[in-house]
Amino acid sequence: MFEVIAFYTFGALTLCAFLIVVMSNNILYALSALAFGMILVSSFFFLLQADFLGVVQIIVYTGAIVVMYAFGMMFFDTNKEVKEKFHNQFFVWSITGAMALALLIIVGNINESFVVAHEDFSTNALAHLLFKEYFICFEAAAIMLLMAMIAGIGAGAHKPELTESLQKSVKNESSLYNIQEENRGYKYDNIIESSTIQYDSIGQHTQDNVVSVTSNTKDIK
Amino acid sequence: MITLNHYLIFSAIMFCIGLYGILRRKNILLLLFSTEIMLNAINIAFIAISYYRGDLQGQIIALFVIALAAAEVAIGLGLVLLLHKKYKTLDLDNLSNMRG
Repeated sequence: MFEVIAFYTFGALTLCAFLIVVMSNNILYALSALAFGMILVSSFFFLLQADFLGVVQIIVYTGAIVVMYAFGMMFFDTNKEVKEKFHNQFFVWSITGAMALALLIIVGNINESFVVAHEDFSTNALAHLLFKEYFICFEAAAIMLLMAMIAGIGAGAHKPELTESLQKSVKNESSLYNIQEENRGYKYDNIIESSTIQYDSIGQHTQDNVVSVTSNTKDIK
Repeated sequence: MITLNHYLIFSAIMFCIGLYGILRRKNILLLLFSTEIMLNAINIAFIAISYYRGDLQGQIIALFVIALAAAEVAIGLGLVLLLHKKYKTLDLDNLSNMRG
């Protein structure tokens, strides 16, 4: 009975979360709904006694993948929604509908009633199977992850390109000199502000300091 | 009593939601999200079959699918970042520069 209630509750919640992901216009809502749905999917794994995979699902999907999306989101302008022109809606709906109908007919007609074999579903048994019979696949997956890491670093870490305004200013050096001058002026302004504050708080002692700094800036100007 | 068909039908509905997302959305990031949804649907189907047949091999395939998803996200997000730096947009319609 508990299994039935859990299945229908989690099923409805998961489908709602993933529908929000697909339908939402705001990408941040989609991301949050995706994380929520991933955690809910792990509940099915726990229901099916796949404890290790449930934990891995939570750690990898919500801990790594969704966080990586959120991290990549910093580089995009997320407030500006992508305005999507929906054309060929009939095409999309017909393909999806046909696929859904075919899948449901095929899947719903499986009449083999498997009896739940009381097999050992523990993590220990999974580890024995993984590291004895599937060891080559495990190594291949490790190499695949290594390749993905190298490709990710190679794609993400390249030299920062000069933006157009900076390139123009580099081309004629006088403007570069002006920029340096402006920066220097800002620096002295800051010093003047801070030293006047000191003058206000402490008293007469820092007055000489203020005068010398202002004379310096007069010389530069 | 929840049978294997329940899980498989649920997985099929989830897969179709992901398929609909891939076909409908024009935002590249949403395409990656929809791919994740489809991979999750397949994972649920694998684990349900593994449970009802009393066979652990389905869980191992699901484990490899999760590793595959992680690798796919790493590369996909890197490529999307490069595209965004070059074209300043995430819209698929603007990125189709081989328009006839």
